[in-house]
Amino acid sequence: MNQLNIPIISFIVFFPLAGAFLLLFIRGNKDNNYALLRKAAFMISIFEFCASLAFLFYFDSETAAMQFVEQVTWVKSMGLSYFVGIDGISLWLVILTTFFVPLCMLCSWTYIQKNVKAFLISLLFLETAMIGAFVALDLILFFVFWEFMLLPMFMLIGVWGGDRRIYSAIKFFLYTAAGSLLMFVAIIYLYYYNHKITGVATFNLLELYTLQIPVAIQFWLCLAFCFAFAIKVPLFPLHTWLPDAHVEAPAAGSVLLAAILLKMGIYGFMRFAMLLFPYAAQQFLPYIAALAIIGIIYAALVAWVQPDMKKLVAYSSVSHLGYVMLGLFALNIQGIEGGIYQMMNHGVNTGALFILVGMIYERRHSRMMADYGGIAKVMPVFAVFLMIVTLASVAVPGTNGFVGEFMILVGAFKTYPIYGVFAVSGMVLGATYMLWMYQQVMFGPVTNVKNENIPDLNRREIAILVPIAVLVFVMGIFPGFFMRKMDASVNKFISQYNTQYELYVGDTGGKSKNVLVVSDAGLTASQEQPVNH
Amino acid sequence: MFDYVWLIPILPLVGVMTNGFFGRRIERSNKKLVHWIGCGTVGLAFLVTCLLFLKMLGLEPDKRLYDFTWFTWMASGDFSVAIGYQIDPLSMFMCMFVTGVGFLIHIYSIGYMWTDEGSYFRFFTYLNLFMFSMINLILADNFVLMFLGWEGVGLCSYLLIAFWFSDKANAVAGKKAFITNRVGDFFFAIGMLLLLVNLGKHGVWSLNFSDVFSHASLLSPGLITAICLLFFLGCTAKSAQIPLYIWLPDAMAGPTPVSALIHAATMVTAGVYFVARCNILFTMSPLAMQVVAVVGALTAFFAATMALTHNDIKKVLAYSTISQLGYMFLGLGVGAYAAGLFHVLTHSFFKALLFMCSGCVIHAMSGEQDMRYMGGLRKKMPITFYTMVIATLAIIGFPGFSGFFSKDEILWKAFSSPSGNSMLWLIGVLAAAMTAFYMFRLIFMTFFNECRASEEVKKHIHEAPKSMTFPLIVLAFLSIVGGLIGIPAALGGSNLVEHFLEPIMGLGAGKIFQDAAGTAVLHEAHAAAAHASYMTEYILMAITSTIVLAGVGLAYMMYMQKRTIPETLAQKFPVLYKLLLNKWYIDELYEWNVIKPLHSFSRFLWQVADVKIIDGFVNGTARFFMRCGGMLRNIQTGYVQRYAVTFVAGTVAVIVYYIFVLYI
Amino acid sequence: MADHQNIYLLLSAILFTIGCGGVLTRKNAIVVFLCIEIMLGAVNLVFITFSRANTSPEGIFMVMCVMAVAAAEAAVGLAIFVLLYRKTGSINIDKFNLLKW
Repeated sequence: MNQLNIPIISFIVFFPLAGAFLLLFIRGNKDNNYALLRKAAFMISIFEFCASLAFLFYFDSETAAMQFVEQVTWVKSMGLSYFVGIDGISLWLVILTTFFVPLCMLCSWTYIQKNVKAFLISLLFLETAMIGAFVALDLILFFVFWEFMLLPMFMLIGVWGGDRRIYSAIKFFLYTAAGSLLMFVAIIYLYYYNHKITGVATFNLLELYTLQIPVAIQFWLCLAFCFAFAIKVPLFPLHTWLPDAHVEAPAAGSVLLAAILLKMGIYGFMRFAMLLFPYAAQQFLPYIAALAIIGIIYAALVAWVQPDMKKLVAYSSVSHLGYVMLGLFALNIQGIEGGIYQMMNHGVNTGALFILVGMIYERRHSRMMADYGGIAKVMPVFAVFLMIVTLASVAVPGTNGFVGEFMILVGAFKTYPIYGVFAVSGMVLGATYMLWMYQQVMFGPVTNVKNENIPDLNRREIAILVPIAVLVFVMGIFPGFFMRKMDASVNKFISQYNTQYELYVGDTGGKSKNVLVVSDAGLTASQEQPVNH
Repeated sequence: MFDYVWLIPILPLVGVMTNGFFGRRIERSNKKLVHWIGCGTVGLAFLVTCLLFLKMLGLEPDKRLYDFTWFTWMASGDFSVAIGYQIDPLSMFMCMFVTGVGFLIHIYSIGYMWTDEGSYFRFFTYLNLFMFSMINLILADNFVLMFLGWEGVGLCSYLLIAFWFSDKANAVAGKKAFITNRVGDFFFAIGMLLLLVNLGKHGVWSLNFSDVFSHASLLSPGLITAICLLFFLGCTAKSAQIPLYIWLPDAMAGPTPVSALIHAATMVTAGVYFVARCNILFTMSPLAMQVVAVVGALTAFFAATMALTHNDIKKVLAYSTISQLGYMFLGLGVGAYAAGLFHVLTHSFFKALLFMCSGCVIHAMSGEQDMRYMGGLRKKMPITFYTMVIATLAIIGFPGFSGFFSKDEILWKAFSSPSGNSMLWLIGVLAAAMTAFYMFRLIFMTFFNECRASEEVKKHIHEAPKSMTFPLIVLAFLSIVGGLIGIPAALGGSNLVEHFLEPIMGLGAGKIFQDAAGTAVLHEAHAAAAHASYMTEYILMAITSTIVLAGVGLAYMMYMQKRTIPETLAQKFPVLYKLLLNKWYIDELYEWNVIKPLHSFSRFLWQVADVKIIDGFVNGTARFFMRCGGMLRNIQTGYVQRYAVTFVAGTVAVIVYYIFVLYI
Repeated sequence: MADHQNIYLLLSAILFTIGCGGVLTRKNAIVVFLCIEIMLGAVNLVFITFSRANTSPEGIFMVMCVMAVAAAEAAVGLAIFVLLYRKTGSINIDKFNLLKW
């Protein structure tokens, strides 16, 4: 359905691209034009954000169906269509994307000094690709956007990155491309198989959901999809591209990478791998959940011994996304909603951490914690923001991180209590490495002479961080506002998954051992409004 | 009826926001406004608490339970958590002294922090944030909101210990406190989740106290024991019990008002409150109770031994805090919840007082904390001296002072209650004797004999300003009379505390949380409570008092008369002395057995597993293809004629293939 | 007419082989280039032969095309050689392996 009757999604998807096209006509080779370019790009992204809020206002949280849908035939003979829509799962991810792009532009306002035009165009291009991937409901369309994301990101790392930028950029590109190629093969096979069985040529995701695939084929297809998404998440042990990419990327690149691109993997698991291949996914579940647990603990431990701030944050990402995966695979409403919520939290918190590290890097050109110490004395405002974000990252109650983690743990304990216990240990380890970093950088005496006269944050930087800090607390105290919009879709996700799965195990009758049956009460209780006496 | 209860936590939060956001500006224009906001909000919270308390007293005892749900916090599926506050005797009891003592300490901070070079507004912001968290911890009507407070106080403790962050040691101490507390929270969280999930299996998807307690009997005894033990492990971190007490001595790096507020009077008693709050669960698990009692007794004893040899005035008090907390847990463990909580109350009076006095002393000594360089302060700081002596008499349990009644109650219950025994009592008494010894050692070393400070320091010794002495006097008064509300029946009192708390403790709680099976278990526990005669109680009281006085006497002998004895003893028993001075080497034990190995393991994971193995594989793949390509590229010589030869050879081969294979 | 066909084809084959041998063995770029022209001539001869044999015009069209391409090729090729000679003083093709890797 499309409640607005205008192609709002297409507008949101392609507006940044149109903006990027406009930027081409501003001459970018003169220094005095840089300001104009930056302002223009910033205005474009801000407008984009405001426009994307329309989704929030018109979103109907009562229905689980796709909303704002647009469907146009693309290549008729192949069954390709331009099919986009938003539901409760992708809604927040789209808004998170539009929210972060302007912040990225602001935070690289002075840092990026070469090829400013290309930089801004890359960011806008990336925005189109990211939003496109979140709203695409046609497999090929999704794949196109999915691959489109790589290119600008590759440029961001490879052109504006640090010393080892070429290595990191190529590693990032090849790692991800390797996964997506497998996925592409699987998509084509799926299409072929569907055509063979039903005689309909289509890449329409919603139609393919209903396809029954023999277990042996399903296994391989699911494996290919999972592989692609697991690299993107990244799931242990496919995570090694992430620290390198993060370390070398400029702040804006790191922020988008952490806040949005990684979410693509988890989104893919939900939207594609699990619903297309429920039976195979069910077989993989315990293993993926186990990998998620290993990832949580492993990455936390590794983060603890990093001398480099950005690497530390990068590993912390791996650890946090392990939580998200665990919640997702708990396959109950608390786990999944917690997982989606934690995706947003992770976006906000880790994005903010990268912004903050970027700010301090811009001043001192060092990411090594040993070069700092006592910064809280020199930069008190910075210290406050870093503290807030650190706390959110270690999930102190009252901040957004806690809500997500707690929900995930509730979900995980329902399904796998033992895994849950291990996951909780991430809480302790998280505090260990984050506070270690905070102590190394912010506390202690100012030992390095170069640190004595660092200027504190300026207005632009505060303007970046204030919305994030507000979001940290709003999301921590009023998660209901965000979660209510997901309820219907998540419930549908679970029931659809279950129904599909039951079709495969139908002959075993009632003794299927899976734990993902949602009670009727579970479906309705979440609709309750806050009680006010 | 109690609907304005939300004001109690929100008022300090208002303080946090105003001082937090605009503090720098306020401080620049009018520094006094900062503490007016800081203290004012807490003072108002105290007033609101008093109003609620009076209102509650007007109700029938078994109607003193009110649940105020404010708004839904998290909701997903059939699980939801609300921000809600529970008003009952226990929460009101705690809230009264937390806001009250907290208010006094806020006032004291004005004088203490006024001249400090750290930012004034930041200090009050943190203190208010602490009050906010602590009040949430106490008033919460569910485990999750309590967890918010629980972690919040840990966080504030971290922030305040590291308040003077320019000194690296403080920052390290703060981090240690936070991480140790997190370890405790780990167990708390697991316990909470287990509780939720297992109750959920019976259809109770709630972590509300009333829901949990009224359905506790649905859980199997083994599970309850496991949950209780997990909760108790959480408490050992927050309340500094064995094995997680290690952070508290280091926490003394914070400013003294912080030590008084957080690490003596309020936060560290959160564990006691938590066990008392879950008394229904604990009562259902005799094993867990036993563990609580034994850990409490052992902590009381060991912490006391550690306090014997220390020379840092605040560290001695820190160990004594751990020791006193041990008493409280001993009380809880033997089922005397009211006695334990009574000790929490009196302890908050006299221990806050002791810390604040030590703060005055440290201020007067220009920051010196080593008692070896003090002495003779009695004349120069009379108010501090007298109030501190009162507090000391209270803590050692000198008859008539507040500590006497509460400590005696605990020891008596440890001896007489069915789950207690004479061994626990004996350990408690020995710890009491040591308490008397080290506390008077502190008094003698600080206030008596000649002053051993340098001339420079001596010149500056002065009595503290009024904002600091006023709270001292109030608390000294409370330390004397505070015990009167809990005079046991044996001494002709009516034990008001126990009666007040009865509705939600043990048997009474069974009544409120209507639950037949649970009540049955509780009945059993209570029925077994034997009533020993008053005679035994008098005898034990007399023994304890005598031993305590002996401890005081010993301290007098060693630190007033023959002051060479400590020296000689240290030389005669060097091993024991070193062991005590180094806190039984527990810190080192953790350092070498947990932290170091984990750290090297992490390094191994990073540098071997991550860089060598995983990334080695990735880069290896890349290198494999590169090598293949490297071999193949040798074919590309760049000479046109060689390409031509290949081309011709290929063409010929194709032609030959066609001719011979296809036509012949 | 049809009898002479084989002779033409044989001549064409000989020419082609000569050209091919020259391309593969001679070092002077211009000679190599001439040899290529010989090969093209040989191919043209084949075209013409079959065109006659089948009495169809397609072969002649092809020859026209080949000649046009050969002319263009000659122009570009000779220009390259001139430039090469100017830059390096030699048109020995063994000296040029710039396309290596």
